[in-house]
Amino acid sequence: MAPKSAAAQRTEKFPAPATIAVTLTVNGVAHKLALAPWTTLLDALREHLDLTGTKKGCDHGQCGACTVLLDGRRINSCLTLAVMKDGAQVTTIEGLADGPVLHALQRAFIEHDAFQCGYCTPGQICSAAGLIAEGRARTADDIRELMSGNICRCGAYPNILAAIEQVIANGGRAQR
Amino acid sequence: MNQFAYSRATDVADAVRQIAADQGAKFIAGGTNLIDLMKENVERPTRLIDISRLPLHKIEETRDGGLRIGALVPNTDVAYFPDVEQRYPLLSSAILAGASAQLRNMASTGGNLLQRTRCLYFYDTATPCNKRAPGSGCGALTGHNRMHAILGASEACIATHPSDMCVALAALDATVVAVGGGGERRIAFADFHRLPGDAPERDTTLAPDEIITGIELPPQGFAENYTYLKIRDRLSYAFALVSVAVGLRLEREKIAQARIALGGVAHRPWRLPEAESLLAGKPATADNFARAADRLLRGARGFGHNDFKIGLAKRAIVRALGQAAGATPQSQSDKRIA
Repeated sequence: MAPKSAAAQRTEKFPAPATIAVTLTVNGVAHKLALAPWTTLLDALREHLDLTGTKKGCDHGQCGACTVLLDGRRINSCLTLAVMKDGAQVTTIEGLADGPVLHALQRAFIEHDAFQCGYCTPGQICSAAGLIAEGRARTADDIRELMSGNICRCGAYPNILAAIEQVIANGGRAQR
Repeated sequence: MNQFAYSRATDVADAVRQIAADQGAKFIAGGTNLIDLMKENVERPTRLIDISRLPLHKIEETRDGGLRIGALVPNTDVAYFPDVEQRYPLLSSAILAGASAQLRNMASTGGNLLQRTRCLYFYDTATPCNKRAPGSGCGALTGHNRMHAILGASEACIATHPSDMCVALAALDATVVAVGGGGERRIAFADFHRLPGDAPERDTTLAPDEIITGIELPPQGFAENYTYLKIRDRLSYAFALVSVAVGLRLEREKIAQARIALGGVAHRPWRLPEAESLLAGKPATADNFARAADRLLRGARGFGHNDFKIGLAKRAIVRALGQAAGATPQSQSDKRIA
C-alpha cells in the first residue's frame, strides 16, 4: 500500500470540522455555502466566495476595513459569524457599482483623492453608504463622528470627509 | 478562536434549557464583544447558543408609562427610537457616545450590559488576571493602570465596566428583566453589576441559566435637564477615562431631584444616592455641584497611573451638572464641552 500523502496525514490529525449549510445573498447573487460555525462573515466573503474587496485589517472591529452592508446596515464583518446570518443580504464594495458605472461614492472618492494606499477604502465607502442610508449626518461634525469607526492609516480624512459631503449634498445620487 | 458547537434557540424557554444543559455554553446575540474575546482566547465557549432570532426586538410603552426595550434591540435602534430621543435623550446621548456606528448597529441591548472589561491584563492571556483566571493575581494593580478604577476596587481586581449605555441606565433607574429556570425576575439596575470583591470573575448578579429579555425605563426621563459628558483620549471611538450621566428635575431655580452616575471609574456604573440628595432643594451653583462631587468621590483611590482620574472626575461632575442645569447637554458630534 502506498504511504499516505502529507495532506492525507494532516486531514487525519485534524479532521475536517462539521459544517453548517448557510445561504447568503451577496451583491444580489444567492450562494449556498457549507461553513464551520467559527467562520466569520469576513472570512466567508474572502476565503469562500473570493470576494477580496472587503479587507481584513485588525480583525477585531477596531479599524472598519471589513465594513459591509448587511440587510442594508453597515456592520463589521470580522465580528459576525456567517452561520448567524443565514438568509441575509450582503452588499460588499464589489456590489456598489451599477455595472461599469461607479457608485457616486466611488466617483467622489476618486475626484477628491480620498485615499492613498487604498486598504481602508472599501470599508470607508461601504460605511459611507450606510451613513447616507441612515440619514443622520447633517454637518461635517456629524460625518466625522459617524465615520469614526473607519480608520485611515494614511490620514486621508479631510478628503474622505469632502467626498462624503459632496455625495450627501447631491442627495446621495451620482454627480454626473 | 477555539472550535465550538453552534445551535439556535427557538424561544426564550429553549434558550434557558440549552444554557442550563451545557456549562461551557454561551449565548450570542450581536457578538461584538464575545467574538473579539474568542479571537483573543479569553473566552473559549464549547457551544454558542444563537439567540439573535428570538422575538425580543421591540420597544414598547409599559403600563406605568415607561418604556420596555427588548434585549435584542440594536444599540442604534434604541438611540434613534423617537420615544427614546424625546423622553430619554440621556440614554440616546450615552449610546451615541460609545463605540462606532457599525458596532452600534450590531450590538444588542442585553449584550451591552454583559460586556466584559477592556482591562488590557484581562485581554492578555500571558499575564495574570483574577477575572479571566481566578486566583492568578492582578496584573493591573502594580502595572499599567491608567484606565482603571478609582472607586469600589479590590486587591483582586481594579477593572472598570466599559459601557456608556449602562451609565445612563443607572442614572435613569432602569430595571433589568431576566428569565431563568425559576421564571422571570426583575433586577434593579443598581443590583445588576457587581463590585469585584474577591470574585471579580463575576461581573453581574445574573444566574448562569438566566437570559436578559429586556430593560424597563421608569416614566421619569429627565428630558429637560440632562447631559452625558464623556472624557476620553480620542474625541470619538474610545472608552471613557471618566464619564458622567446627569438627570436633574428643576423647580423654580432649585434642584428638586438629581441623578448622577459615573462611568470609567469602577467595576460598575457608580451612583451614590446620598451625594444626589445633597443637591435636593439647593440652587444650581458650582459650590453645590462641587459638594455633591466630593461626596460622590469619597474614598476614591488611585493606583499610580490613574491618580489623575480623581481630579478629572470631580471637574467632569461639576461641568456635567452645569450642563444639565443650563439645559445645554453635551453634543456627541460637536466635541466642544459646553
